[in-house]
Amino acid sequence: MSDVLSCPVTGASGPLPEYPLPRAAECPLAPAPATQELRAENPITRVRIWNGSTPWLVTRHADQRALLPDPRVSDDDLDPGFPYVNAHRAEIAPVTPRLITNTDAPEHTRLRRTVNGPFVVKRIEKMREPVQKIVDELVDRMLDGPNPVDLLQAFALPVPSLVIAELLGVPYADHDFFQRSSSLVLDGAAPPEEARRAGGELAAYLDELLKRKTADPGEDVLSEMAGRVRAGEMAHTEAVHMGVAMLIAGHETTATMISLGTIALLQHPDQLALLRGSDDPKLIANAVDEVLRYLSIVQTGVRRVAKDDIEIGDVVIRKGDGIIFDLHAANWDPEVFPEAERLDLTRPARIHQAFGYGPHQCLGQNLARLELQVVYGTLYRRIPTLRLAVPVEELEFDHTGTTYGVHGLPVAW
Amino acid sequence: MRVELDVPKCVASGQCVMAAPDVFDQRDDDGVAILLEETPGEDLLDDVREAVSVCPAAAIRLVER
Ligand code: HEM
Ligand code: SF4
Repeated sequence: MSDVLSCPVTGASGPLPEYPLPRAAECPLAPAPATQELRAENPITRVRIWNGSTPWLVTRHADQRALLPDPRVSDDDLDPGFPYVNAHRAEIAPVTPRLITNTDAPEHTRLRRTVNGPFVVKRIEKMREPVQKIVDELVDRMLDGPNPVDLLQAFALPVPSLVIAELLGVPYADHDFFQRSSSLVLDGAAPPEEARRAGGELAAYLDELLKRKTADPGEDVLSEMAGRVRAGEMAHTEAVHMGVAMLIAGHETTATMISLGTIALLQHPDQLALLRGSDDPKLIANAVDEVLRYLSIVQTGVRRVAKDDIEIGDVVIRKGDGIIFDLHAANWDPEVFPEAERLDLTRPARIHQAFGYGPHQCLGQNLARLELQVVYGTLYRRIPTLRLAVPVEELEFDHTGTTYGVHGLPVAW
Repeated sequence: MRVELDVPKCVASGQCVMAAPDVFDQRDDDGVAILLEETPGEDLLDDVREAVSVCPAAAIRLVER
């Protein structure tokens, strides 16, 4: 643990830092040191991004909470001031249909309410048993298979794809196909040609399945969307789109929380022992939120544009200015989380912003929490001797994706 | 204490239900929050405070007397 406490917290380069800012190689799980320095000294400040534009960077927890729900702070990525994550996003914005991810209230509210049914807390809770079964079977397979093994391929990636298969209502017999093709689509290292083909197969599969569910509905999300299609509330293609979107938004994120979460817990043996020794669902739930806070895996920041002048603190954000919210910096804000650099599974962690804040806060957060509660409550108990099979320094981290991650995680037991 | 829920602001995230299940529920079809208890007892104060602080839409207000 002491190595984390000595992680650097400075390094902002010159008056206009380039965002995203680099992490310190010796502290792969900590936020970029410069964002921590900015939060202390320049909490709302301009940065430069890939296209040369200079949006505002907001790093304090309190400022993010004040701004993200503000109706003047917009998710309209057709606005010329919008601070796109990269050139690809800028290119596709004009040809992307208006979705929950690029609209504001009241349009956003309406769209989001049509897809929110499956994520209602009481309905997600019913997934606990099927998720437990999926996790138990994957652990069984792992224990029967080679040792050491890549935790990412053997466990972390299959969990969310099988859970989303379950949620959507993909028949059990097709789970292997679903898991293989979704992994290919999302695996940044897969050959682009193969990834594209897998993506096409997956969309065609969901399209076909949606037709079957229209004829013969069950209790699942695709059947529910089929019902909305029949009622004229949703187009067939929109429903297929939404199915694919859930898969994409929920796959890598959850898998990363399993892989990086395992690294973080193994680096804090006292905390891992606390988790392993507890049956208390409250402690496990809080542990999940604390690891979410600690890792804050969405590393490109939440992006918005100002639709009007906004005065905050001693700055004025002008209409048309881009705004970036760095979630990791806010989640390590000592005003809200004292000794934020400590992973402490018992601290009040619930108000972290790893899922964002405001109306766009993660649609899948209740499902993600449930999956992680089952995983963290099961994996380390069933494999108590689980350890990294290589030193952390040899792991290759993904610094470029929207979510932080690791390319492979060899573990042994 | 009195709890106020601004329904048009609600984005149906269910965070209030997780924090204070005795005070909030969600509509089955779209998850919009339902206020079960407008004047909950003092024993629920901590839960309601947490609901206020985790609501992503700032749609919940607590009026303490
Ligand atoms: C631990 C895992 C996850 C993390 C850390 C995460 C993080 C986030 C964040 C930070 C946002 C806000 C983006 C913004 O404000 O612009 C978001 C939005 C979203 N997430 Fe997640 N997510 C996770 C899992 C999931 C899962 C499992 C699903 C679906 C099954 C999902 C679906 C979505 C969708 C659809 C949105 C867009 C919501 C909107 O714009 O209204 N996420 N997520
Ligand atoms: S926490 Fe807020 S936004 Fe979420 S359901 Fe409750 S009132 Fe609505």
